[in-house]
Amino acid sequence: MDFWIDDIGWPFIKIFIIANVALMMVALLVWAERRVAALIQDRLGPNRVGPLGLLQPVADVIKLFLKEDLTPGHVNRPFFIIAPALTMMPAIISLAVIPFGASLIIADLDIGILFIFAISSLAVYGITIGGWASNSKYSLLGGIRSTAQMISYEICLGLSVIGVFMLSKSLRLQDVVLMQGDGIWLFGEHYTGIMGKILDWNIFKQPIGFILFMIAGFAETNRTPFDLAEAEQELAAGFHTEFSSMKFALYFLGEYAAMISIGAITVTLYLGGWTFFGLENLGGSFSWLTQILIFAVKLLALQFFFIWVRWTIPRFRYDQLMRLGWQVLLPIGLANILLTGVLKLIFKV
Amino acid sequence: MEPIFHDLLAAGGGHAVAFYACSAVTIAAAILMVMKKNPVASVMWLVLSFIGLAGIYVTLQSYFIAVIQVLVYAGAIMVLFLFVIMLLNLRREDIAKMELPKVPFAGVIAAILFFVSVFLVIKASTPAFEKPVDALLGEPALAGDSVRAIGIPLFSQWLLPFEITSVLLLAAIVGAVALTKKKL
Repeated sequence: MDFWIDDIGWPFIKIFIIANVALMMVALLVWAERRVAALIQDRLGPNRVGPLGLLQPVADVIKLFLKEDLTPGHVNRPFFIIAPALTMMPAIISLAVIPFGASLIIADLDIGILFIFAISSLAVYGITIGGWASNSKYSLLGGIRSTAQMISYEICLGLSVIGVFMLSKSLRLQDVVLMQGDGIWLFGEHYTGIMGKILDWNIFKQPIGFILFMIAGFAETNRTPFDLAEAEQELAAGFHTEFSSMKFALYFLGEYAAMISIGAITVTLYLGGWTFFGLENLGGSFSWLTQILIFAVKLLALQFFFIWVRWTIPRFRYDQLMRLGWQVLLPIGLANILLTGVLKLIFKV
Repeated sequence: MEPIFHDLLAAGGGHAVAFYACSAVTIAAAILMVMKKNPVASVMWLVLSFIGLAGIYVTLQSYFIAVIQVLVYAGAIMVLFLFVIMLLNLRREDIAKMELPKVPFAGVIAAILFFVSVFLVIKASTPAFEKPVDALLGEPALAGDSVRAIGIPLFSQWLLPFEITSVLLLAAIVGAVALTKKKL
């Protein structure tokens, strides 16, 4: 019966917990987005439902559930129904290989990051099919724009992380986490002082890669300044113009789920994951709790950054977006790989 | 119960069930892909078929191949297919007009080829069922670090063919650019 406990029971419990925590975080983010937007625009934001307005997402979801689920007559029904789910799914699935703690990982695959890229490359179907199945011009144009954008920036996203794996010599995400923060190696010497440990984070060892990854991450999640798929003044609501009720909610929440998944990857690859210079061992046998807290704090700080950018920077024009992706980010990404190789030989890291 | 199936279940339990489930998905999706008249539906069924195929690779413990299968075929190539089909904007009446050419001779040849390939597959796979199930379900040595197991031979033993392939791809890229950009 060990098979049922070890291979079916525990993974199922872990999946259940992580998926639900992720969905709770999505709700929290929706609230945070509105409050931070209000802060930036010198307003109050939603502050009436519950303490600090924290129950606002609950009210929103109840509203969305109770709204009429309208399926227009001109749509391609089966695709119209599955498209929103196809957007939400990849973001949640990619959390399966993220290490939230020393032993808190659903699937410790030796190809961790490739799994994430494979799954998130499927996210594009939700938007493409949704735009196409709506049978409306705004939706189709929004969907096609978004597809072109996502496949362009996916390449940049993939190139930007190669440097990290050249340093860690492993695609397993747990190895990448453990490699960071234990002191930097320079010219064959191991510096384990506090500066050495801080500089060991990949954000300092791979600054160009980090910036590229963040830019491409914004584009992949369709966030401002890259939210051209739903540019109101040109395309109504873009690919989700025809969707209502929970179908719209899935698109809406899917964006936040994608933010969480990109944020979790960034924390793991560049910000030391669940470690924090020895603090992660605090609490003895309950250290897993400390590790989750460390991860959550880093993740939330990053989400704040995502929201901050959205309410600060205006949207790109479409030709600018494509030029940036192919003519600026792609060559820089390739150069970063070469540079990493050369520096690795010089500094013997 | 068939003895082979019984052995598989006894030794590989979940693996065997997952293997057959993925195979069923792959084959069913492939058949649906051919039968659908709507090209977008065909593309989506083909994507599902590729994902099923990736599932088969996972049950054989070659995670790297499985992930590349999804990443390259399902995630990149099929997206481009979908893109092109959408931009072609085939209308329902256009699709209805398209019929298979009625050449009985072609049908006969296709049927013969199908049965020959099925026969060969069955013939080739029969000895494998006599092996222990562990050997059938992938090499454990490979499973440890599938990236290294593929990467090192690729960049040492098979370096020349690999580089020639990359030059071929480069030629294809240059060709595509030359075809689409009239004024360079």
